[in-house]
Amino acid sequence: MKHSKMKKFASIFLATSVLAGMLAGCGASEEGGSSSGGSGSSDGDTIKIGANLELSGGVASYGSSINDGAKLAIDEINKNGGINGKKIEYIAVDNKSDNAEAVTAGIRLAEQEKVVAMLGPATSGNATATVQTANQFKVPMVTASGTAETVTVDKDGKVNDYAFRTCFIDPFQGIVAANFATEELKAKNVAIYMDSTSDYAKGLAASFKKQIEENGGKVVKEEAYVTDDVDFKSTLTNIKSENPDFVFIPGYYEEVGLIVKQARELGIDAPLMGADGWDSPTLVELAGPDALNNTFITNHYSSGDPDPKIQDFVSAFEAEYSKQPNAFHALGYDTVYFLKDAIERAGDKVTGETVQKALAETKDLSLITGTFTVDKNHNPVKSATVLEFVDGNQEFKSKVNP
Amino acid sequence: MEWIQQLVNGVSLGSIYALIALGYTMVYGIIKLINFAHGDVFMLGAFIGFYAIARWDMHFIPALILAMILCAVIGVIIERVAYKRLRNATRIAALITAIGVSLLIEYTVIFFRGASPEAYPTVIENSKIEILGAQISVQAIIILVISLVLMLLLQFIVHQTKIGKAMRAVSHDADAARLMGINVDNTISATFAIGSALAGAAGVIFGIYYTRIEPLMGVLPGLKAFVAAVLGGIGIIPGAMVGGLLLGVVETVVSALGYSLWRDAAAFVILILILILRPAGIFGKNAREKV
Repeated sequence: MKHSKMKKFASIFLATSVLAGMLAGCGASEEGGSSSGGSGSSDGDTIKIGANLELSGGVASYGSSINDGAKLAIDEINKNGGINGKKIEYIAVDNKSDNAEAVTAGIRLAEQEKVVAMLGPATSGNATATVQTANQFKVPMVTASGTAETVTVDKDGKVNDYAFRTCFIDPFQGIVAANFATEELKAKNVAIYMDSTSDYAKGLAASFKKQIEENGGKVVKEEAYVTDDVDFKSTLTNIKSENPDFVFIPGYYEEVGLIVKQARELGIDAPLMGADGWDSPTLVELAGPDALNNTFITNHYSSGDPDPKIQDFVSAFEAEYSKQPNAFHALGYDTVYFLKDAIERAGDKVTGETVQKALAETKDLSLITGTFTVDKNHNPVKSATVLEFVDGNQEFKSKVNP
Repeated sequence: MEWIQQLVNGVSLGSIYALIALGYTMVYGIIKLINFAHGDVFMLGAFIGFYAIARWDMHFIPALILAMILCAVIGVIIERVAYKRLRNATRIAALITAIGVSLLIEYTVIFFRGASPEAYPTVIENSKIEILGAQISVQAIIILVISLVLMLLLQFIVHQTKIGKAMRAVSHDADAARLMGINVDNTISATFAIGSALAGAAGVIFGIYYTRIEPLMGVLPGLKAFVAAVLGGIGIIPGAMVGGLLLGVVETVVSALGYSLWRDAAAFVILILILILRPAGIFGKNAREKV
């Protein structure tokens, strides 16, 4: 979900130069003949699925969680006979939480490993950087948690054919939060405090604001911070003087943890709310369980959801890793089943092209994080969950359908 | 009373800047070197305090003192290893070395413990007092008191003790001080030790006040403290204190007026303005350079 313009620019530059180098090398090399649009296939006894994930670096906790969830799903599928009788071979490559590395990892999976499909990077920034590679090699890429609109649709509104996702998109979370604020918490005067350096936070803030005004609420104060700030007190004092009865804080856990703590220190007792960017154990460490009481987040799933399908997943996960699965585990797990469903429908010849077609036609697929249908922009239409922090633990509050 | 609240916010932030700025200014005063590794000593202090409190179950004050002692030792090692042999080299060589030391410290820490942030444990129970309608946390008051005590202690050392006298003498004229029988090397080491100890204390205070610490946390506060030192007049100890507090208040005022995204810019605009309008700083006298 992290996004940075400079990194993106650098990665595109690097990607182009890497590609140029590869294409130039093709003429001379003996095996170079088959490189154009080299899509993977599954002629052998196995189906190769790649994963291009953040296994180290800044957001390693997202990538490795998705990896754990995906591995659990693949073990289950292989144990039950694989897909159409073929076992899945899973190849995970570390993209080091870096845009340029994500592109390289994508090229490696498509070119060398010849995978039929790949799990895409966890953050919107890394996923967006990899989209071009997926399109070029005609290998579908499914990001489990890249929630920015621009992953599947380019700037001109054209769909990126080979990019898909398992999670809902940012504007939807903002709408859910706004509805929750006005309907369940009866909030009227709200404040917004967003991370102005993140496209993710800006997208959420915009859709939240639009929805809250439609619901008859009023935004009394809009403030912003930048990533890596540590002192939020003066701005929070400003927010406090407007006496909002609800504060929406789209951002990531590293800053949000401090914001929540400092807000409570200054005597802001109103409910605070954020989105899936808050979902990390680090948030509880930074803010402290007391300060987090009376805060809410929208998320993809909750391990406390009473749905039996979810409870089965939770116990299977706990048996394997002896810890509670978080939303990223669930999304990684779902992404594999999303691919499995498509590969089953891809027909006799399983290639990047046939899988892509089947993914786009996915309908009413029932998974852990909700039942979904892929829409024309390759986004799943599915429900969101609202969670409340109670003494540092996330508790299931309600489920909101689109 | 919103403005009282903002003033407390500003003074708390400013006292951290002031503690770091003191080290900058003392070192500059004595060997005319901008010690860019100083912000990283501040970071090391924060981590030493963190491990002392979270892993070794120490109380706040012993952890603070431990961080100060270890930082003093680290400061002396940096001076002896990196800067001592450059004492007669060009100033640019020493400056570049300082940047090198800074990067070395940052990435050594990342190498050994990774770049992920750490959350400071709560050591001071966080109750609030209401003064004139402003919510002031006990934490902020304790931090202010500690900063003030350290600054008074420094004033005492510099003006009332023998080593302080030596420091003032060396900063005035190192060669003359040597002729008078002052051990210049030891005096410079003592200056580094005291400055680094203050930075270490600032690190622990920062951790408690702002909770999150990480290996690159020293960069921005280090630069801001440098601005504070220049603002007050580099090389002048009371100047660093006033400059630090003033900078903290200015940043808070900028945020309070609704320009929170311009806060960092404000600090550096001040640096540029002061260099253009009054290069010697608030407390500086325009001394003529000897040619």
